[in-house]
Amino acid sequence: MWTYNKVLQYPINIKNSNAKLAKFIISQYGGPDGELAASLRYLSQRFGMPDQKSKAVLNDIGTEELAHLEMVGTIVHQLTKDLSAEEIKAAGLGDYYTDHGVDVYPQSAAGTPFTAAYIACKGDPIANLQEDLAAEQKARATYEKLIDLCADDPEVLDPLRFLRQREIVHFQRFGEALRGVQDKLAEKRFYMNNMNCNNNDNNNNDNDCGCGN
Amino acid sequence: MMNDNKMFCGCANAITNCNCEYDPQGINAAFGYNTASEADNCACNMKNCCENDMETRQDMLNKIRSLDFAIVELAQYLDTHPDDKKAICLHKEYCNQYRELTDSYQKVYGPLTINCPCNKWRWLEEPWPWEGGMC
Repeated sequence: MWTYNKVLQYPINIKNSNAKLAKFIISQYGGPDGELAASLRYLSQRFGMPDQKSKAVLNDIGTEELAHLEMVGTIVHQLTKDLSAEEIKAAGLGDYYTDHGVDVYPQSAAGTPFTAAYIACKGDPIANLQEDLAAEQKARATYEKLIDLCADDPEVLDPLRFLRQREIVHFQRFGEALRGVQDKLAEKRFYMNNMNCNNNDNNNNDNDCGCGN
Repeated sequence: MMNDNKMFCGCANAITNCNCEYDPQGINAAFGYNTASEADNCACNMKNCCENDMETRQDMLNKIRSLDFAIVELAQYLDTHPDDKKAICLHKEYCNQYRELTDSYQKVYGPLTINCPCNKWRWLEEPWPWEGGMC
């Protein structure tokens, strides 16, 4: 279960509102490579992991992503404070304002509402961890594009740089977890219940190494 | 919901001194918990009741869960009733009990959160909550 800490993981104090930037950054809240998708992806995949390290890594990174979700939501909230309807309209946020006001709503930069189709749980730990590695790289790339778009606002840049760095660290951890899972699955006798593993039948035979040879 | 029969809450003896008053029976009954006395028993019996280790561990987890839920429930109640002194007092007592019980648990059975300082990284130890057993 979870408890809430009443502190942001990294400080955010944006004094100048900027609706245009908010329109871009909302994508890391509820977009295809956003923090909500990341958290749900990892916390859902952890149930099917075959070794200790991969369970712990998915659990703990999935948890940290919720803290990042709060950070991105905070950035969007602070960027949309004290705006007039004219400013919102001029920034191209009129459509968003019509449906959501200045609430923080999980959608992509292009306006697509969040969907679980952004995440995959394939029932295969290798496929899942490879997806996670790709997800971290896509999130890093997205943050780099946002950093380009926000280049003239240091108060926005700073937390975005922190979030980008975390993607790189998570990529490293997932790579290590993947290596562990590969070693685990390569063991001569590997037992696991409730996983769609091709060599399950072979494992019933003590004389069979399970590798098919 | 709560009657007027007040007594000292006992947390005057704990780490934080408070002068609050409440009626444990009345409040416990109102919130539907009996965690205070159960947790007290557990803390006292920690060293003597380890004949069946698994039972003890599950027992402690159940008490931690009860206290945690009581704190969650009281916090939500206090969000809309921030001036209810009885509820604040009970919240304080449960928080103290929760801290003591989780400290005792984690020393023996390993960490419940990643904020628990340690010499050996036992966070990896199974089972995880979704794996049955210790949950």
